Parts: sequence; C-alpha cells; structure tokens
Amino acid sequence: MECGNSSMKKRLSITQQEQMRVEQKVFEIFKILDGVSPHTRSLMLEIWRDKHIEFLTRGLRELAPSYSVLDANRPWLCYWILHSLALLGVSIDSEFENNVVDFLGRCQDANGGYGGGPGQLPHLATTYAAVNSLITMGSERALSSINRDKMHKFLVQRKDSSGAFRMHDAGEIDVRACYTAISVASVLNILDSELVQGVGNYIISCQTYEGGIAGEPGSEAHGGYTFCGLATMILINEAHRLDLPGLIDWVAFRQGVECGFQGRTNKLVDGCYSFWQGDVLALVQRLSSIVHEQLKLAHVREAQNPAKACYVETHNSTKGDSDPCGSSHQAGELSDIGLSFLEGQAEWGPLLNSIALQQYILLCSQVLEGGFKDKPGKYRDFYHTCYCLSGLSVCQYSWSKEVNGSAPLPGAVLGPYSNLLEPIHPLFNVVLDQYYKAREFFSRSW
Amino acid sequence: MDSDEEERIPYSLRKEWSDVTPLPQDDGPDPVVSIAYKDEFRETMDYFRAVYHSDERSARSLDLTSDAIELNPGNYTVWHFRRLVLEAVGADLHDEMDFVEHIAENNSKNYQIWHHRRWLAEKLGAEAMRRELKFTQKILALDAKNYHAWSHRQWVLQVLGGWEDELEYCQQLLEDDVYNNSAWNQRYFVITRSPLLGGLQALRESEVRYAADAIITNPENESPWRYLRGLYKGDNNSLVSNPEVSIVCVDVIKKNPIKKNPYCVFALSLLLDLLCYGFQPSDEFRRIVESLRNSDSGPSDYKLASTVCAILESVDPMRSNYWSWRKSNLPTLAC
Ligand SMILES: [Zn+2]
Repeated sequence: MECGNSSMKKRLSITQQEQMRVEQKVFEIFKILDGVSPHTRSLMLEIWRDKHIEFLTRGLRELAPSYSVLDANRPWLCYWILHSLALLGVSIDSEFENNVVDFLGRCQDANGGYGGGPGQLPHLATTYAAVNSLITMGSERALSSINRDKMHKFLVQRKDSSGAFRMHDAGEIDVRACYTAISVASVLNILDSELVQGVGNYIISCQTYEGGIAGEPGSEAHGGYTFCGLATMILINEAHRLDLPGLIDWVAFRQGVECGFQGRTNKLVDGCYSFWQGDVLALVQRLSSIVHEQLKLAHVREAQNPAKACYVETHNSTKGDSDPCGSSHQAGELSDIGLSFLEGQAEWGPLLNSIALQQYILLCSQVLEGGFKDKPGKYRDFYHTCYCLSGLSVCQYSWSKEVNGSAPLPGAVLGPYSNLLEPIHPLFNVVLDQYYKAREFFSRSW
Repeated sequence: MDSDEEERIPYSLRKEWSDVTPLPQDDGPDPVVSIAYKDEFRETMDYFRAVYHSDERSARSLDLTSDAIELNPGNYTVWHFRRLVLEAVGADLHDEMDFVEHIAENNSKNYQIWHHRRWLAEKLGAEAMRRELKFTQKILALDAKNYHAWSHRQWVLQVLGGWEDELEYCQQLLEDDVYNNSAWNQRYFVITRSPLLGGLQALRESEVRYAADAIITNPENESPWRYLRGLYKGDNNSLVSNPEVSIVCVDVIKKNPIKKNPYCVFALSLLLDLLCYGFQPSDEFRRIVESLRNSDSGPSDYKLASTVCAILESVDPMRSNYWSWRKSNLPTLAC
C-alpha cells in the first residue's frame, strides 16, 4: 500500500525540505518553553549579558586565524563589536578607546575615506563602519579624528554618472554603496545636493514587483537592500517616491511561522534580518503622513503623480536651528533630516509581531556561551551578534511613540525587564545618545 | 592543508623575490581586532603590500595576487591591484576566467569575484556571453538562489545578450522547485525586459494564466501570488478589471476551507488589494467571504474590505498588527 501512496504524494522541493528542517528545529526549541514554570521561562528568555560582553571584548582585542578572511573588514569588526557593547550599555575604557581611534586612523586614507585595514584602498562600506564606530565611542578625540573635508571629496569621487555610488575606485555600484555614502555624509553634516543628485532615481529603479528593494535594478527584493534603500530615501527626503504600501506589505510578510524574519520570499529565517526587516517597519512608523497620502491615492483611478508631500513629520525643529558657529546652511539643511526624523511621532504601533521576533532572537539566535547566530545549527559571529541585538532593541522600543519618551512598558520587553537594551537611531544604527553627541559635535564645526 | 604548507617555499627564500623588502602591516603599537595571522598569510600580505606600494605591475605581482586572493578572496584592494596588473602585462583574459572559476568554487557569495568577473566579461565583450551564461548556470545548479550569480546573469543578458533560451531556463528551474523565488524574479525580468518577447503588455494574459496555475497547484506558495500581483505593477485598473485575478482568489478560498487551512491568507490579501483599488464584488463573492467569518472576526461590516481585514487578523496572527493597521487605513471608497 505504501507504494501506491508514495507515488501519489507530491515530491517536496528543495525549498520545502529545507524549510521543514528549520521549522522542526525551531518548534522543538519553542516547545520546551511551553511547559516550564514562569521562573524557568524568565531564565530562558534572559539576555546573557556577561557572556556576550566577554565574547565581544575578547574579540575587540584579538581574533583567531580563521578571521583572516575578514582581514579587509576590520572596521566592520570594530563596529559590530562596539555597537553590540553599546546596545548592552557598555562603553570601553578610555585607554582602549584611544587604541581603537588610533587603529581606525591608520585605516583612514590620506585622500579621505576608510579602508578595510591599514593601507587598504578606501571603501564606502568600511568607511560607514569606521564612522559609526567612532560615533559609538564618541570622545572628542574619536569624532575629531575624521577628516570631513577629505571625506566629502572621497564621497564625490565615488559617485557614478547615474547618481548612484561605487564602493571604491572602479568598484561595484549598488544600493548598499548608496546607503553607506549617504548615511556617512548625513551623520557628518556634509550632505549636499551634489551628493544627493540622482540617488533617488537609482533607488526607485531597484524597488521590485514584489514591493521590496533589490541590490541592483532587476534583482530580487532583499531585506538588507530594502533597509539600505528606504533609509537612503528618507535621508535625502525622497521616501515619497517609493511605493511604501507595497514595501510595507512585502516586509510584513517576511516574518514567518518561526517568528523571525527571512531575507527574501521563500528563503530561510535568519536572525540578522531582525534588524534589516524589523527596522524598516520601525522607520515607516515615522512616515505616516506620506504613507497615508499614498494609501488614499491608491484608490484614485490611476495615481497620476506620486504623493507630493515629502517632509518628515516636523517642520518646527528647534535643536537643529541653533548653530552658534554659523555653519554652511546649504550643507546643513539636508543633513538635518536625520535629526528631524526623530522628532516625529509614531502614529501606529509596530507592524511586526515584536514579541514573536524577540522570542526568535532570544531562543533561536542567542548562544549561551556568548554571541548570537543566524539560526539553530549555525555558529555565532560578530555580524549576527550586532544585528540580532539591534533588532532586539528595535522591538523593545517599537511601542514607544516618541524616540525620547519614557522607557518602554514591561509588556514590550520579552523576558526579564533587565533585558532592556539602549535605543538606536533607526536610520544610522548607532545608539541614540551617541548619535546626539556626534550630531552636536558635527554641527559645531564645518 | 599540512601538505600544502610543506610544499610551500616562503617568499623570503625565493630567489626571484630577493630584491623586494616585505612591508609589514602598520597596525600601530596597540592594535585592536588584531587577527592572529598564520605565517603564510602574514608573509604573503607583506610582499603584496610591498609591490602594491611600489606599484609594480609585473608577472610576478600577478602570481603574488593569486596567492593573496587564495588566502582571502574578500580583499578588494588585492583584486583592484590585480586588474591594474592584468592590463599592464597584457594577460590572457581567458586564463583569468579560469582563475575566477577556481576561486568561485569555494566563495560563490563573495562580492569581489563577481565584480571582477563583470569587469572581465566587459573587456571580452560578446564572445564572453555563452561562457558567462554557462558559468552562472553552474553556480546556480549548486545554489539556485545565489544572489550574485543572478545579478551577474542579468547583467550579461542586458549587456552581452543571450536572451533566446532564458525563459526556458526559468521554466526549468521552476519545474525543479516552484518555490524558488529567484527563478520567479528572473522570469519577471525576462518578461519585462527581453527584446525578443514583446514586453509585459503582450505577455500579461499568458503570464497571468501561468501564475494562476502555479497558485492553484500550490496555494501556500507566496512566489506566484507576488508574481501575479506584480504583473500589474503601476496599473491597478487593469488588475481590478481582469476577472481572472479575482477568480483565482475565490477558487483558492473555496478549495481550502479556512478553518483547516490558513493558506488562504494570500488569496484574502490579494482580494483586499482588489477591493482597495475599486473592485466591485458580486453577491456571490460577498457570500463566500462572509462565510469565512467566525465569531472572532467581529461583527459583520458594511465594508467587505473591512471584513477581509478582520478575517486576516484572526487567521494570520503573526501579522495581526499589520491587518488591523490595514483595516484602519482603508480607502474611503473601498467596497
Ligand atoms: Zn544573517
């Protein structure tokens, strides 16, 4: 009888087989949680802070030979580790901070930008990582070590005639390059119309029929590029040119039965998308007027033009205006968007399932010996540690209407309330306090 | 690895390198994220730094970059310098293709090899087309969702051509695994951009049927749902006025009673979009949707779109926030 049955049965495709294997592992883990006492439950859902801090601080000093494959990504290692520590509320001691500043100084090119290690060609991605690392440390010495004049020249040189950016001299063009360039320029207060010109056209050409954003025009919608594309469009004040309802729908559907996010349709869950996808839904919470406009237009027979409204929530910013040194206003105004974005109010609660996502991160990505990983069965690394913790922070504050409002209610934080992490700036992914400090510093001098 | 190490002669003992002084990495007195390099790695990179610094574009520099790339294919500076050397020494670019293929065997997800490959194919021009399509096909046979391989393939098609068999290739991959969203994406790429097929307008009807068939066979597969919806990107009027689209939704809902099977989420979601774009539901249509309501779905609403949202909120708990948000943002004119 088996023979008859099996020939009738549909053969499972590779995608289905792999998906089933992961679901099984994840559900096994969740099942343990079901039958336990509240005390054990709380213990299981705890962030193992000491273990993570130990794993991170050791990595910041020295790394095993296997890390040689990341020898051209050392500013990234700095950022992943320093940002993870900052999210956990840990700042490194000043002597060690000076060592990091000194090291990144050796990665800084004489003509601007940062390479993957001392003497390496400057690269946009490692430039983003170096700048975010220095902001995360935040000392006067760290912030003033960035050569902003040369940085601006470097960024202009990276621009392609299409308006998009190349990662390095004669390097590849993609959405990631656009984001890292615009993010760095914005946070350093050197963003101007020359850098912005044409970027929006490139990003909208990368929004796919699925709703998400691809790395290049024609490619598949992808979580990492969707974050990069949306954050870029917000920073250049052109988010209204994207199809936001379509984008939101695509991202909302990326959270699966495993409770975590996948990066693309029908791919496997992965802890790092907790940030890439989760943060997109946090960003759109602060774009409500544009989204509403687009939703209303959706019904109007054939939207003639995309929504005109383009300003982020506030126009009455006070913090950005006070500028004792009288900075170049041209550069100032575009760079203010990152700040005024924070002053808007979230009009909706989170569009993701925040508690479910926290459960995936804490139970399926957390490694008890310290660090976080992609999914059960994989090994921990600094990249996943950084983006799992970033995603966790996004979840914990996802019900907060104001960025600077009161602390989240206990119900918003899965596990013991001591799990609460530091909040981030959702466009730059640096810890919020450090962002304000840097913002203040870079608006003082230019 | 051990046997390799034994065979390897350090650069410092090679006669042909005796005129070069290795240049150590300038990590400073108190390095951070300091990698415990193995001797071979450190030495190779010290010699690389020396020739990079002196800008020596020679045959031996080319060999040296091969070694450095073997040790760390992610080093974009080495790749960049290698291109300068290849041009300077007038290397045979076909040999270079072999080299990339060798490196790609273990590193098919690395940005640098694909950028390098694109550079090579661009230099070789039309003659490279067949080889590039074959190369990406080989990589995709191992991992049918390799993002870089797909990007490269699209670039090849657009710049060097070779569209003739591409739709058939997508077809084959979808027959192997209809859940492969990358293959669906490629199909969309071919339909909308192939110069041989007449464009989306000409193909839309047959593509709707193709997607609808895939949906009916596997209604839980999100890819064809997104594909179907995508065929009307920027043209919602046509989406609403094609009866085939709403019929697919109804068929799936009828065949998959919701209480047993939450797969209807995709059908209801598309239905909701239809209603938001001005779709006028028939009485039968309303009845079918109303029949899905249960006590959790709240009171019967005069707006069908609102009812659909309420049903979705209860059958799709992972997205209940999203559906309740959709419910509170329905266009005033939606049915
Ligand atoms: Zn990941």
